[in-house]
Amino acid sequence: MFESKAGVVLIAGLFMFALAFVVMGLLPWLIYIDQPEQSMADLVADGVTPEFFDLAERFPEQFKQSFPDGPTREAFASALKRGRDIFIAEGCWHCHSEQVRPVSNEDLRFGPVSHAREYHNVLQRPVLFGTRRVGPDLFREAARHSNDWHVAHFYQPTLVAPTSVMPSYQWFYDEHDYPNRDGMSIITYVQWLGSWLPEYPYFQGEGPMGPTDRQKNAVALVHGEREGS
Amino acid sequence: MALASASPATGASVETPAHRDLVNEKLVLWHFLFSLTYLIIAMLAGLLFSLQLLQKYPFAGMEFWSPGRWRMIHTNGVAYGFIANAFLGALHWAVPRLTLRKVASNALSWFILVAWQVVVLGTVVGLLMGKAQAVEWGETPIFIDPLAIAGLILVAINFLVPILKSEGPMYVSLWYFISAFVWTILVYAMGNYLPQFFVGGAASGALIGLFIHDLVGLFVTPIGWGLMYYFVPIILKKPIWSHGLSLVGFWGLAFFYPLNGIHHFLYSPIPMFLQYGAIISTIAVELVVTTVIINFFATIRHRGDALRTSLPIRWFYIGMVFYFTTCLQCAMQVTLTFQKIIHFTDWVVGHAHLVMFGVFGFWIMGFMTHLFPRLLGATGWYRPSWNSWHFWLMGLGMIVMFFDLVFAGLVQGFMWRDLASWESTTLASGPFWLVRTLAGLGMVTGMMFFLANIAMTAVHKQTIAPTDEPAVGAPSLATA
Repeated sequence: MFESKAGVVLIAGLFMFALAFVVMGLLPWLIYIDQPEQSMADLVADGVTPEFFDLAERFPEQFKQSFPDGPTREAFASALKRGRDIFIAEGCWHCHSEQVRPVSNEDLRFGPVSHAREYHNVLQRPVLFGTRRVGPDLFREAARHSNDWHVAHFYQPTLVAPTSVMPSYQWFYDEHDYPNRDGMSIITYVQWLGSWLPEYPYFQGEGPMGPTDRQKNAVALVHGEREGS
Repeated sequence: MALASASPATGASVETPAHRDLVNEKLVLWHFLFSLTYLIIAMLAGLLFSLQLLQKYPFAGMEFWSPGRWRMIHTNGVAYGFIANAFLGALHWAVPRLTLRKVASNALSWFILVAWQVVVLGTVVGLLMGKAQAVEWGETPIFIDPLAIAGLILVAINFLVPILKSEGPMYVSLWYFISAFVWTILVYAMGNYLPQFFVGGAASGALIGLFIHDLVGLFVTPIGWGLMYYFVPIILKKPIWSHGLSLVGFWGLAFFYPLNGIHHFLYSPIPMFLQYGAIISTIAVELVVTTVIINFFATIRHRGDALRTSLPIRWFYIGMVFYFTTCLQCAMQVTLTFQKIIHFTDWVVGHAHLVMFGVFGFWIMGFMTHLFPRLLGATGWYRPSWNSWHFWLMGLGMIVMFFDLVFAGLVQGFMWRDLASWESTTLASGPFWLVRTLAGLGMVTGMMFFLANIAMTAVHKQTIAPTDEPAVGAPSLATA
């Protein structure tokens, strides 16, 4: 059997592959199968991030063109989705992880360690753990910098971070150098990462912030005890 | 009849068919030419991206020159353009000669040649248009995936028909090829469909890890090993040291290699007991790889002169040294102790370059150096010295790049752990990134020597005198 061609096809080719698939793929799949995956509606159920409102106030005309209905939940959801797609298309995920490990002082640098539950939503299909950090981790990026900072940074990173090796993304801007729909979407997405945390915003300016109502809602969201649902 | 000694598949009573009736050399040549075209594009894309890390990107702010997109062309171009084409070409040479049967259909071979270039070009265009899929090494846009899977199935049919028809015990290369054809289809379908369309979250991370690893372990590795087990004895004109060991390697690879997937995401939210399993299995793989390394060095023992006289053997040899290095490195870096520091750093980038290019890329250079003059209808190379330049520039470039990136990774990892500001870690990486660009420039220059030599050999094939190199393709079936 082992010496025959059928043996090579069946045992090595199919059985060994299936065994590894069960152990390395199916098992983690089954372990998490009971955890519901959050839909876009779930993700925006608690409302819109302050940063999305801020974009609407700061760039009213451009915002109107990109999101005619104003900063609604639907517009927020479409911005998040578009931002995630840009994050993938431009290869941002090759240089920025979305995963804080429990080692190497990463919790001190970036914020709370990632939990499996944070990845069970439609924007993590496929999951964006990342494998390389040319730039810092972004999973706790929400509100760490202002929208102004991001607008300058995506246009030309060295304007605000002189040592940065990040590319400039000038096609995220219209002819007057205001962020277009893509620009606002990627900023909204990056400013959303970690906004679901009880500690949000983990950093602002110099130090951690105290909890707000929105953060208390986020606690409930993350721990699956959302009120009124 | 020297082939019979290297190929137990030969039925004793069968009259050996002529080489020209078995191998479609034009097809091999076309696959090799496409392979090298994509390689040079991929290398230039890598060089271009490395300029971004030096803040010297020449096309800053232009959408279709977005460095992130060109980085994906670099990796996908190497995997699906360079390595896949080179393997298809070499398989079209090795499989018919090992089985003494033609591939299933010559027309199908030509169709696959064209279809596969459509797959690769479609991938390049798709990536430039911003249609990437967030699966590392599988960024191929989702509209390319069905075509690629159909192509892989056709490849499997084309080669499995002669293999299954062949009689007698199989030579180990065919074991590797058979399983690789089955595995590659399954791996590609799994990695490109399951994580996005069927499962999300941490579990999709496990599947992506499995895909990244299986693409190297179940596509590149078995075909690479199979081709080495074919070409090394042919060029050295002596059988491999141990057939038994080669089969231990086969079953070891089949069992342990795919069990490694999750080791790409250690300390992630994937359950820890599965991470432990992947680590142990990874260390076992290093023992499996050692079978190939031992078999190679035991085969070449007492034939060290071949390193001087045969450039292909020299490519294989340095590739094997790199293989030992990279696997030893892997057995260490997979431990949680190392992972704390080196994960997310350039250490891993150095490792990936060494295994994909330093090992399998260099072996492919060996196959090509061996076969190209024959495929072009020449008796030797136009300038054998240019091949030496090719070898030394690529070899030194690879060594410099590897050590440079490994040390860069250590510096980055320890600075991160010690909570140095992000700006200072970027500044500290700068000199390493400069050296990496220079090493890459050396390798691109080396490739230019090779490409120029191929072109000149094709142009001047009538006037090239036979060289000291062993007759290409010997022991030849052409006269049989």
